[in-house]
Amino acid sequence: MNLTLKVWRQKDESSKGRMVDYKVTDISEHMSFLEMMDVLNEQLINTGEEPVAFDHDCREGICGMCSMYINGEAHGPDRGVTTCQLHMRMFKDGDTITIEPFRAAAFPVIKDLVVDRSSFERIQQAGGYISVNTSGNTQDANAIPISKHAADEAMDAATCIGCGACVATCKNSSAMLFVGAKVSQYALLPQGQVEAADRVKNMVAQMDLEGFGNCTNTGACEIECPKGISLENIARMNRELMKATFK
Amino acid sequence: MALNSKVPKGPIKDKWTDYKNHIDLVNPANKRNIDIIVVGTGLAGGSACATLAELGYNVKAFAYQDSPRRAHSIAAQGGINAAKNYQGDGDSTYRLFYDTVKGGDYRSREANVYRLAEVSANIIDQCVAQGVPFARDYGGLLDNRSFGGVLVSRTFYAKGQTGQQLLLGAYSAMNRQIARGKIEMFNRHEMLDVVKVDGKARGIIARNLITGEIERHSAHAVVIASGGYGNVYFLSTNAMGSNATAAWKIHKKGAYFANPCYTQIHPTCIPRSGDYQSKLTLMSESLRNDGRIWVPKNMDDVKAIREGRKKPTDLSEDERDYYLERRYPAFGNLVPRDVASRAAKERCDAGYGVNATGEAVYLDFKSAIERYGREQAKIHGIDNPSEAKIYELGQAIVEEKYGNLFQMYEKIVDQNPYKTPMMIYPATHYTMGGVWVDYNLMTTVDGLYCIGEANFSDHGANRLGASALMQGLADGYFVLPYTIGDYLSGDIRTGKIPTDTKEFDEAENEVKSRIDFFINNKGEHSVDYYHKKLGKIMWEKCGMSRNEKGLKEAMSEIKELREDFWKNVTVPGNADEMNPELEKAGRVADFLELGELFAKDALERNESCGGHFREESVELDGEQKGEAKRNDKDFAFVSAWEYKGEPADAVLHKEELEFNDIELKQRSYK
Repeated sequence: MNLTLKVWRQKDESSKGRMVDYKVTDISEHMSFLEMMDVLNEQLINTGEEPVAFDHDCREGICGMCSMYINGEAHGPDRGVTTCQLHMRMFKDGDTITIEPFRAAAFPVIKDLVVDRSSFERIQQAGGYISVNTSGNTQDANAIPISKHAADEAMDAATCIGCGACVATCKNSSAMLFVGAKVSQYALLPQGQVEAADRVKNMVAQMDLEGFGNCTNTGACEIECPKGISLENIARMNRELMKATFK
Repeated sequence: MALNSKVPKGPIKDKWTDYKNHIDLVNPANKRNIDIIVVGTGLAGGSACATLAELGYNVKAFAYQDSPRRAHSIAAQGGINAAKNYQGDGDSTYRLFYDTVKGGDYRSREANVYRLAEVSANIIDQCVAQGVPFARDYGGLLDNRSFGGVLVSRTFYAKGQTGQQLLLGAYSAMNRQIARGKIEMFNRHEMLDVVKVDGKARGIIARNLITGEIERHSAHAVVIASGGYGNVYFLSTNAMGSNATAAWKIHKKGAYFANPCYTQIHPTCIPRSGDYQSKLTLMSESLRNDGRIWVPKNMDDVKAIREGRKKPTDLSEDERDYYLERRYPAFGNLVPRDVASRAAKERCDAGYGVNATGEAVYLDFKSAIERYGREQAKIHGIDNPSEAKIYELGQAIVEEKYGNLFQMYEKIVDQNPYKTPMMIYPATHYTMGGVWVDYNLMTTVDGLYCIGEANFSDHGANRLGASALMQGLADGYFVLPYTIGDYLSGDIRTGKIPTDTKEFDEAENEVKSRIDFFINNKGEHSVDYYHKKLGKIMWEKCGMSRNEKGLKEAMSEIKELREDFWKNVTVPGNADEMNPELEKAGRVADFLELGELFAKDALERNESCGGHFREESVELDGEQKGEAKRNDKDFAFVSAWEYKGEPADAVLHKEELEFNDIELKQRSYK
């Protein structure tokens, strides 16, 4: 199929960006969206232009690196996928596709479609861990029995890939689905209890400091999340924060 | 230089304990004065950073992505092995050691593998303490499953996302140390050279991938944990950014490169669908616990399927050739990866491949779904359940076990694998070769270490499933933190290593002139043009089966391609900005050298072993007729290559492998 792409081009964080139109031809419906971008870039290189910078790595939906905003949706029109798992069979011959970087004050643009998500790093560093000595002298793993239900629920929360689609799609640029997922994973496990109150307070404080907005229960984040992280995690985070505040 | 593996004396079961009891330690107050650079923050690098910082060293960590959480360890699906024997099915340290050495076709170092098996149980304890949500049974205890090449259930898992959860565990431990200031994290940085002072590794030159700035970083020791070089094939299951640069650069500075021709071909990948394809996607090996592999028995059916006249589900049991179960009754679909890969290629080469390219076999879950469905019907007290009900109940169980993999398959192939069998084909996955290290995980350069997939020592010529995660974490959490202390105890009075010295000047100038070349060359072909060509040569001539003629051709073709690359490559953009093409150019330049050494190593090794079928070395008769023939008399060694300029001029050093605790014998999975 033949397509028209409207792509956001921006030299660096301090430059002004703009939309540029490109045509691509002979796109196979079996290509992933990123493979279609490879075709565009090969074309640009061959005509002496600079290729479009975009983040990507594993190309199997798990690293969380790819981050395009396609036709007004984070990771594009399909559900439950990252951009690398989005296939061109979702589009039709002759379509015009708009491609932009994730937009949020806490995710500044580095170049073209590449954004800086290090705010997520700092939130994790504020407490997204269990303070266990990594010396290997821990107790036997089966000495901490965990109900299957709790382990499965913790796993569901831990499935978050930190891609930032939740932020990009939220009208408030809220990071509460991401932070809620991290808080939930540890809140559901016995290992995480000891420092649970400090963890949630510190992570939420850092989230606010980074300039993410608040949650107004729109639920777009859950719909756009490639890993199906549930809003329940936000509720759980709020409960944890409440508990921690009144402790 | 003669290779000294520094394997401690004494009985194998006491080696590691005795070693730890006798090494020199660094006192906690002195650790504060010692800096360590770690390049790569996947499972091996991330766990090493966390533990070294915990011990009190100052760690500087480098990752090319924007976060350690994105390292490709995150994509490992199936699980991590540990000799816990929770299942009571006869597992032990010795048995894990034995399976690993046998699975690697007796080409790994015995003492290293024993140590790996020994610390494996600690890994699980530590990860659980970190909050890794491993699968649990209804009693609240850890669940296990089985993997190819073994007869016990020793694999711990977190759905089909075990690598992700283990990496996030190591990453969270890193975050704790970053917050404490014990790890200084350099995201979006790439190491472009190592700096040696008086023969010792004392720092690196790195490029800030956002600003393009070239930086100098010094330390008392340097650890390379940069993963494997599977992308030398262009198409592989590796992440697009996975590269060999750090490992290759240290090779050029004196670290020997071992067994470059050992690469694992993984049997369960989604087949290639066209020339535009950028990478291959793996389906976890754990699927072979429940999936049965087959191709049609009759060529007419193959033809009908390819032409769309028949569906795989139209074929009766009699019309299917479950070739693994037929050839290897004891292990069936659970034979090791190399055996399963070769068997699939054999069937496809014989014309039985089931997709348009003829490069696919079926992985079928129908019998598992029915088996689970009947079991569930019993559990739920449903008498005489209908076929549909059985299917519904069974599908729920399969979904619970492998749901994310099935979803991934459906997204890519646009077929529902619950209803029709998956199509799979072997693809390049993990590299067992890598930088040569001694028992201390030190390379042939003093103070320069190499851990995880980037080194060579533990998997021999073939890696068993669920062992990569185990080695990464064993090296990072439990082995390196001891061995590096022994070395660093000599450095407590050294003080900060200055970066304004001639050694740093020289290394930086070299890096800069290479970048300048790329930016100014303005040739006519893109970097990918060369990478794809290299990949084609590698797959066709250095792939699953190899012969002398093909390997010699590969060597000269790669050399020619490399010369053309240095004349005609084009890199758009500038050096002082984010420039993904420039990053790729440097990496492909390295692959163009490594690829030739790979072919040279394969040429030297005139035996079939692991996943590497040398056409000149095959069993001619007996029970093993047609199977790969290993040659222990002439090839029970590690090939360690010394850099001498052109890859063709590399000098071979041999580390003879000694097997004192395991008898070398033919692998048989019959």
